[in-house]
Amino acid sequence: MKKQAGAIALALTLTATACTGAGEVAESDAADLDVSTGVTDDSIIIGTHQPLTGPAAPGYMSISLGARAVFDHVNAQGGVNGRTIDYRVEDDVYDPAQTIDVTRQLVIEDEIFAMMGGLGTPTHSGVLDYLNDEGVPDVFPSSGALAWNNPEEHPLTYGWQTDYTKEAKIQGQYIADNFEGQAVGYLFQNDDVGEDSQAGLDQYLADTVVAREHYESEVTDLSAQLSSLKDAEAEVVVCSCIPAFVALAMLEAASIGYEPQWVLSSIGGDTATLQALLANFTKDTDAEDVPADAFLDGVLITSYMPRVEDQEDEWSQFFNAVWEEYGDGGPLTNTHVFGMTQAVMFSQVLKSAGEDLTRQSLIDALHTQEWQGPSPVPFSSTEDDRGGHQGVYVLRYNAGGEIEMVQDPMVTDREGGPIEATDYEPLPPTELDFHD
Amino acid sequence: MTTTSTSSNAVEAPAPPARPRGWRALPSPVRHLLLAALGLAVFTGFLLVTGDLTALRMAAVGYTMLSIAGLQLLVGGSGQVSLGHGAFMMIGAYTTALLVIHMPMLPLAADLLLVVLVAVVAGIAVGAATARLHGPYLAGATLILAVGLPGLAHRYHEVLGGSNGLTIRTAGAPPFLQGVVTNSEWKALVVWTTVLLAMALLATVNSGRLGRRLRAIRDDENAAAMAGIPVGRTKVVAFVIASAAGGLAGGLQAYVLGTITPGSFTLALSLTLIAALVLGGISSMWGALWAGLAVVYLEIWASDATRALNLDRDVENNLPVVVFGVLLILILRFWPLGVHGAVQRLTAPLRKKSAPR
Repeated sequence: MKKQAGAIALALTLTATACTGAGEVAESDAADLDVSTGVTDDSIIIGTHQPLTGPAAPGYMSISLGARAVFDHVNAQGGVNGRTIDYRVEDDVYDPAQTIDVTRQLVIEDEIFAMMGGLGTPTHSGVLDYLNDEGVPDVFPSSGALAWNNPEEHPLTYGWQTDYTKEAKIQGQYIADNFEGQAVGYLFQNDDVGEDSQAGLDQYLADTVVAREHYESEVTDLSAQLSSLKDAEAEVVVCSCIPAFVALAMLEAASIGYEPQWVLSSIGGDTATLQALLANFTKDTDAEDVPADAFLDGVLITSYMPRVEDQEDEWSQFFNAVWEEYGDGGPLTNTHVFGMTQAVMFSQVLKSAGEDLTRQSLIDALHTQEWQGPSPVPFSSTEDDRGGHQGVYVLRYNAGGEIEMVQDPMVTDREGGPIEATDYEPLPPTELDFHD
Repeated sequence: MTTTSTSSNAVEAPAPPARPRGWRALPSPVRHLLLAALGLAVFTGFLLVTGDLTALRMAAVGYTMLSIAGLQLLVGGSGQVSLGHGAFMMIGAYTTALLVIHMPMLPLAADLLLVVLVAVVAGIAVGAATARLHGPYLAGATLILAVGLPGLAHRYHEVLGGSNGLTIRTAGAPPFLQGVVTNSEWKALVVWTTVLLAMALLATVNSGRLGRRLRAIRDDENAAAMAGIPVGRTKVVAFVIASAAGGLAGGLQAYVLGTITPGSFTLALSLTLIAALVLGGISSMWGALWAGLAVVYLEIWASDATRALNLDRDVENNLPVVVFGVLLILILRFWPLGVHGAVQRLTAPLRKKSAPR
């Protein structure tokens, strides 16, 4: 009988699923990397997932615009090893469910060669296993989570940002040395940013910290947190926050007459973005006439890439020139530079991978690449350490737009290792080999 | 509301009192199971000709459909309006994630059964507390659930992962099917098998005594009480069934996506579910199918369209919502019973002709 056959088939299916635990994932065979998916004689398709619409878009949209400008520049010079770069940006609205959808679209329909700079911790976590299972190189995800540096579980993922713990360690030591004995307060985002940052800060500031305040990215009222920091008399406040919350915290502090020394992480340290946010938030309030720069005067920022404010820097000049030609006409910010630096370094490793481009040759090139810029901080993408940028430098922003380097690049690990100076020197744009 | 009860039964109403033959003679659970098997066969065939990406999207259609089918039983069947249905999906999704993380050896079937159990308990708790509430008051009470529950993920950051949520990895296609179906296709099949079984169960409940009682309560609570129906208890039972369907749907979502964040279960999800139900057709379980398709595909189509037209960012941001809204208004204006009502009305002449005498 038909029904019986159906029932047997169903029973078989159910037993098959029932045999194994849902969370017990069998080791699948490593994907074949000797393939040139997405590579033709004259082009390479690469993809990325970015928030182009929705609430996260205003802060992060500039990253892919910056990267596209550099790729346009590279293509105008003849591309890389005779191939132009076809950069496909998919909008995931910073929603993990949509990241999964658009990533499949990129891998299956667009047949990308590699994923470059997929943005966000919750979003990219959802496609990490998928990309590794499918054998798609997952290069430079735009997030400082520790998860990206895990060669055993994710052999095709290569981190980018200085991870939050390394950055916080260097912040912690700088504060301990330069603000000796002063009370310190933490303000952090209540996710891996806050957790990993505290792990670093506490190595140097555990004795002087007087308040630990967190915020949720859904709640834009920081009055309770700031008054706690003020009541605890914290003289230095380390803000491990995204730009919107740096701006909100500064405004809230100003409104209660609290003037701590602000120390900002790189994720929230883009002064151009902060100025725009501050101007936007003060509109139609009593503080409307206060220039945004007044809030930012004297803040300390940790950073690992070239800064647009630094007009002496050759990379900064180069990026400005590229933006002039291929940008959308708006001002260049450090968020653009984030994507631009990624694009330069990705082009550089493509160049090293040679003319017979396969996924394996890209991986090999990553492992052996001698990185020489644009960032003034050493970079690691070896077989065993995919930590990306290895440290930060400290700068002070002064009203009027000038920045002042107050501590040279330092490198460290994410455990309890020492913080060390480095003699690393980046090459200027004219000497770096990243296009034909 | 009162007219809706006739929609699905009107055609069969003048059935002769003589013993029904053929299809109608089968008991309703068997009929619904056979329909589910047929649905699964069609779906499997469909998967064979489409790819991985469609498999993922159809899996999303599957669990959304189940969630909305549960809501249909509650809203369309018993007349209780719940704005907190997304919260039960969240309960299901987090339960699955926690089970997979902390008890990886449990098979998926056991996980899903536990998920249903947890959702039932949550449903009883909420249903019992809100059983005496009517209309807007019930809507308000369930609204609190949708708004408040995602906050738990932040409050219990260590266990539930805060705003980054939880990431799980689940087993894909069994070894002997490797190469025949991809992991995504396998997951889509598992989802649809579960969804169709659950919907066969829902349909059986809906066409049985409980369904009749629910409709009686919906149409007139006092009359139902005088007819001896335990009103309060029946309403709680409906709420619990809907919660179980929502929880199971959330569990399947976690299984397919592998990433569970509080941001996926906001009030917007609950409102989307109920709006989609109205769009698909509130009076019939078939409405859930159209609703599931609409939730998953309208957004994809709308954003593809904006991109093709090269529209402004602000337009692109808002177009999917606008399209959904306009469509909802138009469909309700011309077919008050939603897409399913429209399909029924368009096919009614055909069915009349082919109906056996």
